Amino acid sequence: MTRAARLTVVLEKRLVPSRWLSFLIPTLSVILALLFGALFLLLTGYDPVKIYGVMLTGAFGSKYGLSETVVKSIPLMLTGLGVSIAFKMLLWNIGAEGQLYMGAFAASWVALSFSDAPSSVLLPAMFVAGFLGGALWGLLPALPRAYLGVNEVITSLMLNYVAILWVDYLVYGPWKDPHGFNFPLTAPFTPAADLPTFLGTRIHLGLVFALVAAAILHVVLWRTRWGYEIRVIGESPAAARYAGMDIARNILLVMFLSGGLSGLAGMTEVAGITHRLQHGISPGYGYSAIIIAWLSKLNPWATVLVSLLFGALLVGGYSIQSSGLPAATVSMLQGAILFFVLGSEILTRYRPVLVRRGERRAN
Amino acid sequence: MQNLVEMRNITKKFPGVLANDQVSFAARAGEIHALLGENGAGKSTLMSILTGLYRPDAGEIFIDGRPVVFRSPRDAIKNGIGMVYQHFRLVSPFTVAENVILGLDEPGLILRMPEIENKVAALSESYGLKVDPKLKIWQLSVGEQQRVEIIKMLYRGARVLILDEPTAVLTPQETKELFVTLRRMADRGHAVIFITHKLHEVMAVADRITVLRGGRAVGTVEKKATNPTELARMMVGREIAPPPPRTEIPSGQKVLELNNVQAMGDKGLLALRGVSLTIHAGEILGIAGVSGNGQKELAEVITGLRPVQSGKVLIKGQDYTNRSPRDIIEAGVSHVPEDRLGTGLIPGLGVPENVILKEYRRPPISRGFFLNPRAARERSEELVKRFQVKVAHLDLPVKLLSGGNLQRLLLAREISAQPSLIVAVYPVRGLDIGATEAVHRLLLEQRARGAGILLISEDLEEILQLSDRIAVMYEGQIQGILPAAEAHLEEIGLLMAGIKKEEQPA
Repeated sequence: MTRAARLTVVLEKRLVPSRWLSFLIPTLSVILALLFGALFLLLTGYDPVKIYGVMLTGAFGSKYGLSETVVKSIPLMLTGLGVSIAFKMLLWNIGAEGQLYMGAFAASWVALSFSDAPSSVLLPAMFVAGFLGGALWGLLPALPRAYLGVNEVITSLMLNYVAILWVDYLVYGPWKDPHGFNFPLTAPFTPAADLPTFLGTRIHLGLVFALVAAAILHVVLWRTRWGYEIRVIGESPAAARYAGMDIARNILLVMFLSGGLSGLAGMTEVAGITHRLQHGISPGYGYSAIIIAWLSKLNPWATVLVSLLFGALLVGGYSIQSSGLPAATVSMLQGAILFFVLGSEILTRYRPVLVRRGERRAN
Repeated sequence: MQNLVEMRNITKKFPGVLANDQVSFAARAGEIHALLGENGAGKSTLMSILTGLYRPDAGEIFIDGRPVVFRSPRDAIKNGIGMVYQHFRLVSPFTVAENVILGLDEPGLILRMPEIENKVAALSESYGLKVDPKLKIWQLSVGEQQRVEIIKMLYRGARVLILDEPTAVLTPQETKELFVTLRRMADRGHAVIFITHKLHEVMAVADRITVLRGGRAVGTVEKKATNPTELARMMVGREIAPPPPRTEIPSGQKVLELNNVQAMGDKGLLALRGVSLTIHAGEILGIAGVSGNGQKELAEVITGLRPVQSGKVLIKGQDYTNRSPRDIIEAGVSHVPEDRLGTGLIPGLGVPENVILKEYRRPPISRGFFLNPRAARERSEELVKRFQVKVAHLDLPVKLLSGGNLQRLLLAREISAQPSLIVAVYPVRGLDIGATEAVHRLLLEQRARGAGILLISEDLEEILQLSDRIAVMYEGQIQGILPAAEAHLEEIGLLMAGIKKEEQPA
């Protein structure tokens, strides 16, 4: 009986995921995603080299571009960190966008209501209000999840629309600036509500908030009892219950923190960039945050780096609009990056092996 | 005699494991051939190759002396090879007959159920596999479901019938009946291959025995020409230490008392229907019973993982009814859960994270809000050494450990807490002889230290060997509690089937 020796590729499970590959493979994936994007540009009649060149110089080629990249990455970092900590416990908080809006709303309320207060009082108050606004909004889907087992994916997502429409109601209605030519925005805040900026750019104190938050999350996750509980619950809720951990309490705490970080992103946007509350305060930072959290494998410092990359994509995206490309091109690139990175994840856990069927495989 | 099926020099490699290393195996028509070996010896892999589930890296298979290549389980079935898995592959809302024809092309466009039911009934009649073809699977006992699996294979014309640890789910009586059926099938000219690691079953039913160890075939022997000691030596590769002698039954302090406890199961039905029992310090109470009769719920009620509907749970004389798992841990109750990897241990985390699971709240592991990683590491190193857990590296996820090492690690943590009560659920399920021996030794040491132990097991030999008293559970109730010295296998078996002494025929 004859047996044809066919060459086949078989995926063999790696006993231990390679550390070095778990860095190399995502990097290669991002490059592949950009090549995929280039193909798309080519097919639609653009010169990808030129377009990428424009994006690159737009995002990194000047002091302004570079600083704008950082500016855009600040809300991405804060929301990305917020989403990461929830995901670490397998809480699928899709509501960072809404939490950002509620943070912006709460901070704006403080700024508009106490416009006589000095900066040293007003800014800390706005900070606390922004955090609490997002945190309480995060708590809203956490309560039914913790006590009734209601799936938080849907509730946290739906609350985004409520938050966005609430802010719209305010800026189109009661809070509309009477001198604003009917634009959907509030009156400007007093200068005391402005976050300090650095080096004559628009980079504001929010960057420090984000970096400190990343450092705190890192320490909490790896060095504290609470972080240990979060990791155990995320890995195995049954083991956590068995060890006597209070899962409901941790759901509430983590969603509070997660929402609070996104709320801070809203606070820093109004206090650092727009200096007023307005329609469309976020172009979808809270959704990009989900992608960023995945790409950074929920690691706080990786979240900071990936946020910078996504900030650059956004800024680069604005600069290619003059070439006639829609800004949505950037959304497509974001999607492609996520797609390629997640798709290649299997390679960090499995090893492709070339096998000759019907023959003994050498050791 | 001509071999009905022969496997020659089969080699199968999985990443990191050589599951089968040039294994040769042959079964004749008319014999019951036991495939004996510890867990991980390669029995299941070898049979999965024979049933077309895996393809061998090297080696050949012959049926009636003719070489065959199986590309899928379908090919194997066409060649008359059928397997009854440990976990049944039945659709529970379907009838017996419907399950039998499931996946067959035979019915064609129009399904004539009465005809098929008659065929199934005739088949079950002739092999003595009593089961009504019109009943739905969920109405059947586990033993009856197993019969359906066998009928399924016979209906497909299986000449070689492979059974993977078929007695694991059966009561002693059902086991006896199964053995009668197997003999009848062999007499009809089938080759019956019986996968097991239980020596007494092999001696009771097999004609020939092939022993596997570490992926290699150690040898094939005639039952008549061998004995359990020799088989055990072939299986383990060394002599087995005799069980340690039983110490005097102590009557220390009551460490656990259950009074008429009722609790719901996962499906919302009453799973514990008034359970009362007592465990003293320095005593092992064995809970015998076919799994699914409330054992899991019993363990969870004691450890605080399942709410009590009525009744009382007293630990060391204090009321702990419906207290939190944390309170119960702090009261000195250790728990070796049925689900080791996933409940008892966290699969994706390393050894230190698993070792501190129950003491991360106390110094020296905790320093206020913070953890002390160095203390956790020292604790892990100490336990790994003392309990001889084989780990490549402390920080690798524990899911990479073997079953025996997982259980050692789990016991190391639970025992080092110096508990006054240990709830051990199926503590040696799936472990090989060596690891089983180690677990038993640890439990007996704990008893000698003065801990009370609730031992839930489905292995009667184990219960008889370790327990001071034996309670039999059936449908959420304790059927009877007997001192181990007076207990007979037969009596326990009947209690497990729900038949109390007074109801037993004289």
